[in-house]
Amino acid sequence: MRVVILGCGRTGSYLAKMLVAEGHQVTVIDKDSASFARLGRDFPGDLVVGTGIDEDVLRQAGIEQAEAFVAVTHWDNANVMAAQVAKEIFGVPRVICRIYDPLRNEIYSALRLETICPTLWGATRVKEVLEG
Amino acid sequence: MYIIVVGGGKVGYYLTKSLLEQGHEVLVIEKDPRKCAVLTDELGANVLHGDGCDASSMAEAGVERADVVVAVTGDDEDNLVVCQVARHKFNVPRTIARINNPKNERIFRRLGIDVTVSSTELILSQIEQVIPAQSLVHLLTLRNVGVSFVELEIPPDSPALGRPLRELGIPDDCILPLVVREGKEAIIPYGDTVLKAGDQVIAVTSDASEETLRRILFG
Repeated sequence: MRVVILGCGRTGSYLAKMLVAEGHQVTVIDKDSASFARLGRDFPGDLVVGTGIDEDVLRQAGIEQAEAFVAVTHWDNANVMAAQVAKEIFGVPRVICRIYDPLRNEIYSALRLETICPTLWGATRVKEVLEG
Repeated sequence: MYIIVVGGGKVGYYLTKSLLEQGHEVLVIEKDPRKCAVLTDELGANVLHGDGCDASSMAEAGVERADVVVAVTGDDEDNLVVCQVARHKFNVPRTIARINNPKNERIFRRLGIDVTVSSTELILSQIEQVIPAQSLVHLLTLRNVGVSFVELEIPPDSPALGRPLRELGIPDDCILPLVVREGKEAIIPYGDTVLKAGDQVIAVTSDASEETLRRILFG
């Protein structure tokens, strides 16, 4: 599968390494080239420096051929915009968007964006553990 | 009208002030507490400290009864989310977004934002107007119907010189309603009209025929 990952923080880099290990073709975008260090020296995927809300940058990352797009920068709004561009403008079949803010998550999942809210997941899980 | 302005930078500040002067009810929402304090000194109760992307700040601002939400922060993605939250969560009738990257105009339109304003694009079009290049200056673009009003100047080497308009092969979905000659004479052209070098021409054209018109008049 050809996957474009936006954001090379902890989640983005970890996901990229997991996917290439399984033989997927991965391109990672980040506006700060220093964050690619998280991928290690011998990362076999492609790297693009730039902001993910710029359609030229997305095109450079091969979004037109991508089968999946994952937006996991630290900025909810950048994720939301990039995910919508991938889905509505480039027609990427599978688009996943991380949103920290539970309220915004609710709004955008209602707008048929496939969202993941780690805040909600984390809080729910902690509560489960607490209640044993 | 009740207007909510999101973003208290220079654009937001002057916009809010002008709207208040026009007698509108205005609230400006700003995230940065320091900027907020400065704004409050001048605009008083018309300032709210909060995040315009956050549904709870917007609810506090009384967004349910807002007629217009205008997003003028410096970040396109924030302006998009402000407008989408206003529209989809609170059913605000009209949303306006400032955009920095002119290419985002098409994207915002596809994502349901009513109006976008791009200062980059406005400056670009001003530059186009003063450069005597062989270009069509877009005066007004009606996106929904794919029609533009354009202005152009007939160059000295135009292939259209010396022949009446009806012989130029101008497409059916393209008309020239006005020619201004030597900056002072307004001519309403018809089939016999012959263009001269230096004529200012206003044309109404479909997007599809714009290139053909360019070729006919500029070569």
